Amino acid sequence: MKPFTKLTAVAAPLDMANVDTDKIIPARYLRKPRHPGYEPYLFHDLRFDAEGRERPEFVLNQPAYRKAAILVAGANFGCGSSREGAVYALLDYGIQSVIAPSFGDIHYANELQNGMLPVILPEEICRTLREQLRTTPGAQIIVDLESQTVTAPDGCTHRFEIDPTYRERLLKGLDDVALVLQYLPQIEAFEKRHHGEMPWLS
Amino acid sequence: MNAPHTMFEKIWERHVVATRGENEALLYIDRNLVHEGSFLAFGALAKEGRKVRKPRQTFAVADHYVPTLGRERGLAGVADPEVRGMIELLERNTRTHGIAHFGIDDPRQGIVHVVGPELGLTQPGITLACGDSHTSTHGALGAFAFGIGASQLKQILATQCLWQKKPRTLRVTVDGALAAGVTAKDVILAIIARIGTAGATGYVIEYAGSAIRALTMEGRLTICNMSIEAGARAGMVAPDDTTFQYLEGRDYAPRGAEWDQALAFWRSLPTEADARFDQEVTLDGARLEPQVTWGTSPEEAAPVGARVPDPTAISDADKRAHALQAIAYMDLKPGTPLVDVRIDRAFIGTCTNGRIEDLRAAAGVLKGRKAVIPAWVSPGSTAVKRQAEAEGLDRIFREAGFEWRASGCSSCAAMNGDAVPAGMRCASTSNRNFEGRQGKGARTHLMSPAMVAAAAVTGRITDVRTLLR
Ligand code: SF4
Repeated sequence: MKPFTKLTAVAAPLDMANVDTDKIIPARYLRKPRHPGYEPYLFHDLRFDAEGRERPEFVLNQPAYRKAAILVAGANFGCGSSREGAVYALLDYGIQSVIAPSFGDIHYANELQNGMLPVILPEEICRTLREQLRTTPGAQIIVDLESQTVTAPDGCTHRFEIDPTYRERLLKGLDDVALVLQYLPQIEAFEKRHHGEMPWLS
Repeated sequence: MNAPHTMFEKIWERHVVATRGENEALLYIDRNLVHEGSFLAFGALAKEGRKVRKPRQTFAVADHYVPTLGRERGLAGVADPEVRGMIELLERNTRTHGIAHFGIDDPRQGIVHVVGPELGLTQPGITLACGDSHTSTHGALGAFAFGIGASQLKQILATQCLWQKKPRTLRVTVDGALAAGVTAKDVILAIIARIGTAGATGYVIEYAGSAIRALTMEGRLTICNMSIEAGARAGMVAPDDTTFQYLEGRDYAPRGAEWDQALAFWRSLPTEADARFDQEVTLDGARLEPQVTWGTSPEEAAPVGARVPDPTAISDADKRAHALQAIAYMDLKPGTPLVDVRIDRAFIGTCTNGRIEDLRAAAGVLKGRKAVIPAWVSPGSTAVKRQAEAEGLDRIFREAGFEWRASGCSSCAAMNGDAVPAGMRCASTSNRNFEGRQGKGARTHLMSPAMVAAAAVTGRITDVRTLLR
């Protein structure tokens, strides 16, 4: 996994709450293999009309925001289906960090698993960020994981909280499977006892 | 220092292998379920050259993409080559790793969340994971069961463990007797309408109270299924005699002396009196009416006697914006009585409401009546289908003009092509009414199986109580 330390990039405002993962990637694309990339599927039905033409009103179709690597969204981003394809679509498009007042639980974990940084900031601050991004299209935001801060287009910095273990994993780009396998002796001891007590579960 | 424990805490503590930081545990996963959509996790595993560490604790079934027509021909009946490829890939992956697989023509095939309890794979006191958000369903038996993404699934396949942050606990107590025509689906829709789709984010819900205790296993499964629609990591109901009777004799349930041993353990699980929950919500079950959704989020639900709300009257800005967009997408007018809303399609099935009791409830309404719109049933599992056929329910559905299809996720997310056409309005027993969920441009109204049957025979949203004899 690629480490995440500090990101300075164009940010796009997504003025929607409860952006479910069906919206991020419609179910019909989930059967696609990963290697050719999930970029075309990101927000597919918001980005494109029935004929496959871009919808000019969608934020990522506007020239200033096309190269966005940060999204600032409303509450409960990524709720609904557990599909990790939602993260693949974001990543393959180039989005590396999403800032929102809250996230769907599974999606939050999926972002972390893939080296993306989900940033939780209060509703008010997210709204202000989106306003600034709308009035200065193409403005950049700095997301700094080391100092746990987001620097807004107006220069204000906002501190965010993240679990220290998640932070360390992202900063070092650590792979969770390897981290778990370090505990193999404990796992085996656990299994011996657990399955001794409940042999029908082994 | 032995504070009274909640059921969740007991299960959590029993499965902690190690801890890290303040709140994170390496959790042992007793059972893991996979489906044909899990190919990405198997792919990543292969890429890293890793093996499945405990293949006997993983079980596989094809459900999301399987066609619901032409199934008597097995794999040869799968017309879409991409889908056939996925089903074959699951078969190959499970064979490579030595994982039990209930293939497309296996009598045990069905939707993963119907099959788990049905085979007795789901048991009280266990941890269970699956790469699907509705894994919360299995908590109905008193398990801690939760959905994960592909990377976490890979982690479980490789290690049988998962790093998890300990969720907080929320108890939802529903007391009182449900009125005739009011079902588990109505209870959970009312709960979500009350606490919102993010109302339980970061929490595990325990459903308690006399209305929950009185529910059958099927009803409890319906309630726990939609916990994720309130944002919860999991939903749970304490195991009791209803649970034990349901489990006894099922394929993977313990037997003989092991059954007695299991039973003693299961009886020790329920939350102790005075145990503290981080949050409590209560609902009066006796006052509930049948519910329907009018919007594009499961929280946008109302009693069937209500009207389409006026979004401008909603004070919360985000909710107002969502409702405005939802009403436009759903092509509704504020103030219209819900019972005046026309319906074009009816769909009964899914991991929410595709169990035998659901089919019985719908057939009860349909008997001697005719659907006036295209309608179909896809039983939650092949076993449910056979059971329904043995009871003659298939005949009632067919005579009412319903198509009687094979088991799978079908129109719930339309991944298999069973899509609702754009602009059409579908009365559905599924769990999500998101834009495009049942197909591009499809409009979904969530409701109970009996309510869907009522909508099918009238062609509009209907209070099923007016049809009950
Ligand atoms: S029936 Fe629907 S919600 Fe259930 S597993 Fe299938 S697609 Fe998911």
